[in-house]
Amino acid sequence: MSVLTTAPALQSQETVLDRVRRMIMANPSVLPTIASVVIFVGMIVFGEVAYGRILQANTLSNLLINNAHLVVLAVALTFVILTGGIDLSVGSIIALSSVAGVMLSNAGWNAIAVIVAMIGIGAVFGVISGVLIRYFGVQPFIATLAMMFLGRGLASLLSTKPERLGEDSPIRWIGVQLKIVDGPKVNDLVITPAVVIAVLVVAAAFFVLHRTRTGRTVYAIGGSENSALLMGLPVHRTKVLVYVISGSLAGLAAVLYTARLGTAQNITGIGWELDAIAAAVIGGTVLTGAYGYVLGSVIGALVLGLMNVLITRDGGIPPEMTTIITGGILLVFVLLQRAVTRRKRE
Amino acid sequence: MTAAADTSFWRDLIHKPFFWGVVAIVALLALNVLKDPTYLALSINPNNGNLVGNLIDILRQAAPVMMIAIGMSLVIATGGIDLSVGSLMAVSGAVAMEFLSAAGDSGSIGAALGAIGLALLITAILGAVNGILVAYVGLQPFIATLVLMLAGRGIAKVITGGQNTTASNDPFRWIANGFVIGIPVVFILAVLLVLVVGWVVRKSALGLMIEAIGINPRASRMAGIKPKGLLLTTYILSGILAGIAGIMSVGSVMTVDISRTGYQLELDAILAVVIGGASLAGGKFSLSGAFVGALLIATLDKTVLYLGISSSATPAFKAIVIVALCLLQSERVRSWFRRRRRVAPPEQLSAKEEVAA
Repeated sequence: MSVLTTAPALQSQETVLDRVRRMIMANPSVLPTIASVVIFVGMIVFGEVAYGRILQANTLSNLLINNAHLVVLAVALTFVILTGGIDLSVGSIIALSSVAGVMLSNAGWNAIAVIVAMIGIGAVFGVISGVLIRYFGVQPFIATLAMMFLGRGLASLLSTKPERLGEDSPIRWIGVQLKIVDGPKVNDLVITPAVVIAVLVVAAAFFVLHRTRTGRTVYAIGGSENSALLMGLPVHRTKVLVYVISGSLAGLAAVLYTARLGTAQNITGIGWELDAIAAAVIGGTVLTGAYGYVLGSVIGALVLGLMNVLITRDGGIPPEMTTIITGGILLVFVLLQRAVTRRKRE
Repeated sequence: MTAAADTSFWRDLIHKPFFWGVVAIVALLALNVLKDPTYLALSINPNNGNLVGNLIDILRQAAPVMMIAIGMSLVIATGGIDLSVGSLMAVSGAVAMEFLSAAGDSGSIGAALGAIGLALLITAILGAVNGILVAYVGLQPFIATLVLMLAGRGIAKVITGGQNTTASNDPFRWIANGFVIGIPVVFILAVLLVLVVGWVVRKSALGLMIEAIGINPRASRMAGIKPKGLLLTTYILSGILAGIAGIMSVGSVMTVDISRTGYQLELDAILAVVIGGASLAGGKFSLSGAFVGALLIATLDKTVLYLGISSSATPAFKAIVIVALCLLQSERVRSWFRRRRRVAPPEQLSAKEEVAA
């Protein structure tokens, strides 16, 4: 981390390449993150050359709009994974929170109250996971697995049909597309309030993780929980906090997704926890904790999103290959991380 | 004296890994009986002499979970986890169904054996991929098997070309739907495999070595155990058992539903292992516990359906079971119980010793 903060003082005399090389030499754990940036750029270039119409405002806007919720989830998982934990419940929190939210909204609740309730549901789930992990010594994997079951089950108890958000609901405004630049034909630069919210979440997470005491504690717990305790860091409080952050962000992701789609169902979000974990891992977050960057996870989420775009554009790749390719990319990045951490230890 | 012997008998029983699982099964069955007094009744189908009843349905439903729970027990005992078993079930089902539909002959035992052999071979290879990633490359088991969990369903889709392939083959179907002396074949097969695996790991030093890896891989290596080979074997075994579970679950309907066959069954298997009292941190496993755990899950599934609650709500009840079990196993709750026991003077000493330990 120190490399990132001290580098700007010297950067004037060196080229970007030198700087990157020096960063890797000093801190090999940035390598997977850099690799994911390279892959992302490579995918864009490849897509532009092979299929065209990738590097244009319309496509890139859609990439952001369609993946805003995944970006938020990836940020959520980054916090948890950095402490060496895992949160499997985010996908089903989205299901529960969006079904409950749509039903509340249709029952006549105020939009703000609904949004607060949706985020609140996630926060409550986070608190339960955190307390199970912190006070009862339950492994993060199993505690959040229980929450995953609970969320999915409760969502199914509420309703098993697609619930439609009222056309006049103010929540829909979050998903409304706002034209920023009116390009020729349909090539417009468009954003939605959801994208803005996602960007704000990323910025806030970046600030918390890299500029505050809480962030340093998160990294310290992932490095060695015992050492962090001995240093007098608020380990216990922070451990509960990361699950509350993760749950609340999952609730927020539910708001963004529901606003865009306008419907919610008990099967929404199946497997999204894995997408979010994959995004974090592809972005260079090491699953054992302590290494990783929020911005890396964002790139990871965009790599996954872009991959879907490319597969749809190609048309020749059967859609069932998507999961195989995701698995393949994930494997490559994990092997890369493994190589990096092994070299570091030697 | 007899009173003391009695209490020690009960205490031993309570400390058996599967005790709370059995209690939960009995409680669930009692709940069903309250709703319908004839729930436990078994009758004999006059046409073929097979037993019919809710209990038999539970045994049949539990069999695939038992299969993957055995493999999962061993993997978890090494300190790992195998998330890919559900997807491997789909792969195995897809391979078997494709093979049978290509073979065509609906009465051929050879075709059935070929389908089973090919399905198990492929799941064994995929299990070996997991094992190599974990043992030789040194990836975390969670992430190594996550890759195959994601890719596995894709592989199954590619094998069947995205279709839900159906086939007809009577010997193959018999494995999933047949009865021997009135008892479902799947359940007999599951019990046999539990016994065989249990016998092999407990009569040889294999179980001990697996647990040693889970407790401390470095120490076990220094003690002369070869963790890499053992880990690989464990993951291959888990893959093969998932393949058998896949055959069982596609055999009953003779269709592979690539997106639903074995879906989230890895979670059921993990739950069964946890119910059985194994530590997820590794180093301890109980096949009888996992067996009871699988029975409990099947009972829970049936009960929720029977009480008229939508089957998609079952996860909520499973969650309550997991949380309750985790709380019962946690050090904090146990110390609460100990504190209460301290009222009795002779207990005080042992309680203190336990705390010190």
